[in-house]
Amino acid sequence: MDYANLFIKSIFIENMVFAYFLGMCSYLAVSKTVKTSIGMGFAVVFVLTITVPLNFLIDKYILQPGALIWLGPEYAELDLSFLSFIMFIAVIASMVQLVEMIVEKISPALYGALGIFLPLIAVNCAILGGSLFMQIKDFSGILESGIYGFGSGIGWLLAILAIAAIREKIAYSNVPAPLRGLGITFIITGLMAIGFMSFMGIKL
Amino acid sequence: MSKNKVLLTDPLDDNNPITVQVLGICSALAITVQLKAAIVMSLSVVAVMGASNVIVSILRNLIPNRIRIIVQLTVIASLVVLVDQILKAYAYDVSKELSIFIGLIITNCIVMGRLEAFALGNGVWRSFLDGVGNAFGYGGILILVAFFRELLGSGNLLGIQVIPDFFYEQWGYENNGMMLLSPMALITVGLIIWVQRSRNRKLIEKA
Repeated sequence: MDYANLFIKSIFIENMVFAYFLGMCSYLAVSKTVKTSIGMGFAVVFVLTITVPLNFLIDKYILQPGALIWLGPEYAELDLSFLSFIMFIAVIASMVQLVEMIVEKISPALYGALGIFLPLIAVNCAILGGSLFMQIKDFSGILESGIYGFGSGIGWLLAILAIAAIREKIAYSNVPAPLRGLGITFIITGLMAIGFMSFMGIKL
Repeated sequence: MSKNKVLLTDPLDDNNPITVQVLGICSALAITVQLKAAIVMSLSVVAVMGASNVIVSILRNLIPNRIRIIVQLTVIASLVVLVDQILKAYAYDVSKELSIFIGLIITNCIVMGRLEAFALGNGVWRSFLDGVGNAFGYGGILILVAFFRELLGSGNLLGIQVIPDFFYEQWGYENNGMMLLSPMALITVGLIIWVQRSRNRKLIEKA
């Protein structure tokens, strides 16, 4: 029950794009057509689901104050949390590289679809944001953090899919010239965010 | 000299990182509820961008091309850790408010984008100017958005009430709470883009 709640919450209520504006750069850059946005969206889901639990383990057993106690009592005082940015981004960058290689070996078709988006993901703030929020939210277990990562990814996928579909249609509309392209995309995203606000306060 | 000056002034309008290059949107939207947070964020980005552009420009002939992204991320991440620790030590309240967004400067595409596009191929002084210029262009938009959101949303600027009391008491003026919520940040940026492009018509996108 709790897990389902967390999952729904991370998709709709704490949507990465609409509530926290994470991953906006790729959200704006790759949402010109539905096809590319699906590729990018799935790549984000994939990487978030892997990196959030991984960073959870690193945070729990290496970085948190007193986390190194398993090495021996003399390490109990150690607080490495100031290293978390560097650790997280290193994990993300290397995971992305690793995932890219594995996908290329195992499924060339999937690689063809995701391939060009994977390197972009290392600098997608949704990924690092997922890990940093995980640190703040203080999850109790690896499963919980995995579900959070997966849910946030799905939320991001949903957002980019929706805006890509709208942008494909809006190409046929008569938008005021200075608003064309970027401007109207911002305003539509804002209106979508207002829509998503109606999910606020939903409890399962 | 004039070429160097262009590096500094171009990002303020014609080549603004947020409204034209579409870089660094994430943080531009999230922390613009209050002017103070926006100013601190802008200064942090100025520091990180100036320093990282200089470092990468010094190292540009030593970095192997294949691992340049990881090298760049490490340089940026170390600088961000520095900024984060300094903020925690001297401005704890603001650093609490900015929460994860200081950390997210690492993946702020504006920093990476300028490193890739400029610092890797240019000398130290020019790279420094480019970094600082772009950071100011970014900060300018940030402060502009925060100005409107704080003014219209809570009637304050920098935490000080600026809309006089009789507005509320006699004219029935109400603060627009919507401005404090995230959707309005997006719409405010959209409107800024509209104003900028109708003033500067060469930026208009082809249909």
